[in-house]
Formats: sequence, structure tokens, C-alpha cells
Amino acid sequence: MKRRSFLAAALATTCLTTPAIAADIPDGVTLAEEQTFTYRTLDEFSSFDPQVVEDVDGSNVVRDLFEGLYNQDADGNLVPGVALNHEASDDNLTYTFTLRDNAKWSDGTPVTANDFVYAWQRAVDPELASPYAWYMELMSIENGASIIAGDMEPTALGVSAPDDTTLVVQLSQPLPYFTKMVTHATTFPAPKWAIEEHGAQWTRPENMVSNGAYVLTAHVPKERSVRSRNEMYWDNENTVLDTVTTFVIGDEAQGLTRWRAGEVDMTDIPAGQYPALAEEFPDEAFALPRLCNYYFNFNLTSGPEAFKDVRVRQALAMAVDREVIVDRVLQGGQFPAFSFTPAATAGFETPDVDMAGMTQAERDAKAKELLTEAGYGEGGEELSFTYLYNTSEAHQQVAIVATQMWKQKLGVDVTLENQEWKVFLETRGAQNYDMARGAWCGDYNEASTFLDLLTTESGYNDAKFSNARVDELMAEAKSSKDPQPLYTEVEQIVAAEMPVIPIYHYSTNIMLSDSIQGWPINNVEQNWYAKDLYRVAD
Amino acid sequence: MLNYTLRRLLMVIPTLLILVIFAFYLMRLAPGGPFTSERPLPPAVMANVLERYGMDEPLYVQLWTYIKNIICCFDFGPSFAQKDRTVNDVIAQGFPVTLTYGFWSAVFVLALGVPLGIIAALRHNGFWDYTMTGLAIFSQIFPNFVLAPLLVLLFTLSWGLLPGGGWNGGQWQYIVMPAIALGTSYMASVARLTRGSMLEVLGSPYIRTARAKGLPERTIILRHALKPALLPTLTYMGPVFVYMITGSVFVDVFFSTGGIGQDFIDGAYSRDYSILLGLAILYAVLTFALTLAVDLLYAWIDPKVRAGLS
Repeated sequence: MKRRSFLAAALATTCLTTPAIAADIPDGVTLAEEQTFTYRTLDEFSSFDPQVVEDVDGSNVVRDLFEGLYNQDADGNLVPGVALNHEASDDNLTYTFTLRDNAKWSDGTPVTANDFVYAWQRAVDPELASPYAWYMELMSIENGASIIAGDMEPTALGVSAPDDTTLVVQLSQPLPYFTKMVTHATTFPAPKWAIEEHGAQWTRPENMVSNGAYVLTAHVPKERSVRSRNEMYWDNENTVLDTVTTFVIGDEAQGLTRWRAGEVDMTDIPAGQYPALAEEFPDEAFALPRLCNYYFNFNLTSGPEAFKDVRVRQALAMAVDREVIVDRVLQGGQFPAFSFTPAATAGFETPDVDMAGMTQAERDAKAKELLTEAGYGEGGEELSFTYLYNTSEAHQQVAIVATQMWKQKLGVDVTLENQEWKVFLETRGAQNYDMARGAWCGDYNEASTFLDLLTTESGYNDAKFSNARVDELMAEAKSSKDPQPLYTEVEQIVAAEMPVIPIYHYSTNIMLSDSIQGWPINNVEQNWYAKDLYRVAD
Repeated sequence: MLNYTLRRLLMVIPTLLILVIFAFYLMRLAPGGPFTSERPLPPAVMANVLERYGMDEPLYVQLWTYIKNIICCFDFGPSFAQKDRTVNDVIAQGFPVTLTYGFWSAVFVLALGVPLGIIAALRHNGFWDYTMTGLAIFSQIFPNFVLAPLLVLLFTLSWGLLPGGGWNGGQWQYIVMPAIALGTSYMASVARLTRGSMLEVLGSPYIRTARAKGLPERTIILRHALKPALLPTLTYMGPVFVYMITGSVFVDVFFSTGGIGQDFIDGAYSRDYSILLGLAILYAVLTFALTLAVDLLYAWIDPKVRAGLS
């Protein structure tokens, strides 16, 4: 007996009443004659191949070129993409997606469930060797891990197409947020015939076949890419923007200059310039919450002996005045953090932790007390260690301010050390540090994408924190119907044990021309679709 | 002369080989690799990725395969960071860009630098000398990272005459600022070099003889003084020209030209070994070619050198 999920039911009704989620243009708005959107990207894209792409900018383009099972709306909720709805089995191990029958590839071929099967098998195929194969593993698709390890054939993957409009996915363990994961580029369909004909060159504009609202029409690596409306897209009549152009502009300040010159409609705001720009352009400077955190790792295995004492970790965590870091140093609308998971995460309620409820003066007093109790600071042993971060002006400023606070409030002596990015990653990954910077951006909008980092087995647990109760709770959360109480407990353990010091939660700072409307400012993952945007007349 | 050229060309092969071997090992000394990321890849995924790029083999095998592929198929391998493209693709797209604005930059350097130097030398210690020298020194102290934003401020933001960056297939509007930003300080050096050597030549006995013979000043300057006076400039311009046509990291990044100058720095940061090696080889070959060209030009200009070669 299968039950129709709430989501599926909701989607099914949605599909019946409104044809699609597309650009939502209010009455009385005059559209510009030329429907174009131009924006800046920092680097050249890693790839336009949905199964290979790894960078955020590349994923933004791929999300326009291809359409997966579900899309996100302006608030980050799931809306139908190629799939109209889905059903989950009682044990939540089998998902059956019903696909629309009018979806087409840009060459006119219908999009079928087999295109998804091919794509998903391709993503785990050792022959393609996609660095993002881990995403399929994270989705817990049956046999995914064994195929990646080379123990099974890609055809053994737990995904099948009984007919053209039905896709059945078999999971190895229940995953409450599974459907949220199918908005990610790795899960988008792939055109087998085009890939087999052109090999690695299938992503060139002249060879590419895609099923999204746009097709790639030009690509000059490191300079620009142009995507134009896909006439074959099933909802093409509701797409407003005709062309979307990206310019690679490596220099942030230059990006801003070109925004001022009107050459681009959107660019990132250089660090520290948000307040001034928000005053100059109140309607065009945005600080949007983002699913990322910023924290300091204690090295709990081979770090200083003092870090093994929880009172020392607590003291250091309390003495950092996060308000100063956020309001005086970064000035980009970031949020002071006392929990590991950002408050903006869907369905996540920030738990009450003692430290959050105290004033900074109280925290400072408590910090001194704790440190003295542990036998360090005034009258005790001198505490000194090295703080490691990757070379960048913003990280340096945070490091200077935080360590200065420790010096003044607690008499702790910290040496700063910065390393080039990849050197830093190696050093931190090998636990060759005392304290190191850490940051994480969610892979999907659910708290476990953050909290899994603090489990013993996580490959990203640089602090090497190990707590049996945390591991147990996170394992339980995987199959729980309501994981929030479990997450609350994990956060409370983390606040008590303090293996990492949460500093702040990110915001995205962008300049967006006011002639571009429809931007999903409430989508904390900042997954945007050009088909939902439009340009108004000046 | 032909003999000399051939000998020089033959020397390129062992030198390149040494360069490749040296660069190949040197790059791998830096911690981290092309697939080190904030999100460490699970071991099984990493193993697949390494195998795909042949990086699971011992280093000397990788080196041998690399050299073999170049000799047999002119294949410089795939880029690790731009996964849809090969090193050949990257260079084929980026090099014409830097070549174009580098070439125009060199034209700007010579067309402005040489006349400035000559005028200054002819008006030695006069008003024009001081003006030119002042101008040259002023341009030299203006590094491109100061000059470029200034140019954009004026030409793009204030006057709206030129686009602030991009390439757009190499239309002239997109070339002007990169060429000027790249060339200005070299232009100053060329002006000063030309002035110095022109002064030296003008003071030499054979010019005095020419003057004593009553040759017109124009003939003395253009026929007899200019050619030898240009030799130091030529020596200087050889390597500088290579640098210019392979692009400056700063100019490429700042003006977003899409040239290969940017790949040097991106390749280093992302440990894109094959891109770095490919660019090192390109750079070396161009340096060889240009220094050889300069040497041959020397022989053409200076009879003494020509005699020495044969």
C-alpha cells in the first residue's frame, strides 16, 4: 500500500489549477522591450555538464539549461519541474515520480524517465569519474556507493524507468529530505545521444542539447557565456527574459565599476562596502541570508593540551564579541551565531543556548572565570596557540579582531598564520593546527547538512569532535518524521562541548539593478531561475 | 648564418626537456593537488578521479606519458579546473587574445617610446629633453594596477567612451585600455633607453666624421645614428614582447579579457598542473623564438655582429 505524500498531493492540485510557476508579473508593470539580463561571475565555470559541474556559478547556469525533477520557487519551496508529483512507499525507501509528457529537449526529442536513469547512472560511473559522485552517495541511492567503488556496474543503481513518464528510485535508507535533493544539478537529465556523439565536447554551444528554459548559444571561456530562450521548453510561453549573459570579472571592485557603468545588472558587493552602497542605492543593494556558517575549529586530537579542557573552549567562545565582528568588521548584514546551523535553514528552530541569552559583559565575566578555573590566564599558566586561516583580507580582519579580544579580555596570546587556500586545506585536513577557520555551506536546505559535519565519521569534521550521543541522534534523524527535537539536542551538546566556535552566519551581498525583477530574495539557497525573472522598462 | 640559426634551434629541444622535467616535479612540491577541496572527496570518488586523469601512476610514468602525448599527438592533456576543456583548447582560445592586445601594446610602446627618446636626445638638456624625460619617469612610476583603474574611471565611468572590460571578439574599443595599461611603463623604459643610446651614438667619432663631411642632419640621424641607437631597445624589447603577448595577470584579470595571463595565476591556485606546464612550454618556446629573432635582427643591423656569426 502506497501513500501519496503531502507534497505530492499539494503538487498535484497545483498542477491542475495553475499551468506553471514562471515569471510572476504584477499588473501595471511595463516590461522593457529588450528582455536581457547580464551578470558578473568571479571565475570561469568548472563545467556545463550537469553531472560534472561543481561550482555555484556553474550550477546557476546549468539550472537554466537543464530542468530536473523539481524546481524551487521564490521561497525555496519545491514546485514541479519535469516531474509533476511523486509517491513514497510506507518505508520511505521507494519514490515513484510521475513525469510530465510534454517536456522536450532542445532538439525536439521528448524528455523521458530514461534520460534521468542514464544521467544518474552516469553520475556514479567511475568512467566519468565525476567529483560530484558523492552527491549520489549522499542521496542514499541504492548501490551508489558500490558502483563508485567499482564493485558493481552503473546499471545496478537503484533507479529505473518502467515507462517514459515514471521514474522509480530505490534508497538504501530512508531520507526525510530526499525530494529536496533533486533540485541539484547532479540529478538533472542528460541527453545520451548527444553525449555519445560528441564525447567531452558535448557541452559546446554547437553540440549541446538541453531541456531547460534556456539553451547555450555562446561561450567564450573566461570572458562570457550567453544563454537564450529554449523554444522547445514546455513552458516557453511563460518565459520572459530572452537572453542571459554572464561576464567573468575576476576583480570585485571592477565588477562594481562595471555595474555602475550599466554593463552588468548584478554583481557581488566587495567586503565592507555594503553600508555605503546601501545608502547610495537603497533599492539595489541587497544583504540576503545565506545557508552558510563561519566558525573556528579547535584541534581536539593533536592541538594544545589546554583545548582538551571544555572550560578553556567555553571561555574562548564567550570572549568573542560577535556583534563587533558582524557590525563593525564585516558590515554586510551577517548574523551573529551561537548555533552551528544557520537560523535561516528550513524547518530549523534555533535552540536556546545559555550563551545566546547573556549580554557580552556577562559572557566576558564568565569567560574570565572559566579560564581561571581551568588554571590559565591571570595567575595561572599562560595560554598561547596559533590560529590558522586561508589568505584573504576578510578572514584576516576577523582573525585580528577575535584574537585581540582574547588578548585583552583573557590575556591569551595568539599567533596568526595564514596559508594559501590549498595548502591551508591540506594542513587543516591533516590536523596540523591548533585552531583553524572553518566554514560550511549547505548542500540542501535542512539542518543535517550542517550537523552531519560534527559526527565522528564525517570527512569534514576537522576538529575531530567525537560524541556518541551526537552520532546516535544524527543517525536517528535520518529516518525521523520530526527531526527538530533531535537537532535541538545536538546543538545543545555542541554548545556545551564547544568543539567549534560558531562566529556568524553568512549573508549574500549583491547589487541588483532595479530594472530586474522577480529575484528570489527569500530563497536562502539563492537558487534562482532566469525563467522567473523579467526586466521592467526604465 | 643558417648554420648558426640551426644550431640555436637544436638547442631548444634539450632545454625544453629540462624545463618540462623541472617544472613537472616542482609543481608537485606545493601542498595540495587539483582535487583538494573544502569538501574532501570520499576516497572511492578520489580514486576514480585520479585514475581518470592517470594520476594514480607513479610520477615518472605520468611524466613519460605527458612527454609521449606531446611528441606523438601534440596533446598537452586535459585541464583539471575547466573540466570540459583541454590545455590545447584553453591556449587556442586565450593566446590569440593576449597576442592581439600585447601586439598593439608593443606598437604603442615603440611608436611612442622611440620618437620620444630621439627627440629628447636631439634636444639634449633643452626644454624638450626635460619634458620628455619627465614624462617618461612619470609613466614609469605609474604601475599598471594604478593606471588601469584610473583609465576605467575616466574612459568608462566619467566619459562613457570605452567599455570597462571584456573582449567581445576583439573589437578595438576593448583593446585600447588593456594595451595602454600594459604598455605605459615599458614605453617609458624604451624612451629612456633610446635617449641614452642615441646620445652615445651621436657623440661617437663616425657621426662627427659624417657631420664634417657636411651630410644633412636628417641623413645623419635616420641613416647613420638611428640603427645602432636602436640596438639596446631591441635587446630590451625581445623578452618584453614575449611577456606582453602572453599577457599580464593583472591586465587579464582586471579587464576580463579572457587571455592566458589569467590562466597562469588560476592554474597555480587550482593546481591545474597540465595548464601550468602547457603555459610554461608556450612561454619558453616564445622566449626562444623571440630571442633568436632579436639576435638575427642584430646581425642584420650591426655589420660587426654579422661578421662574428660567419
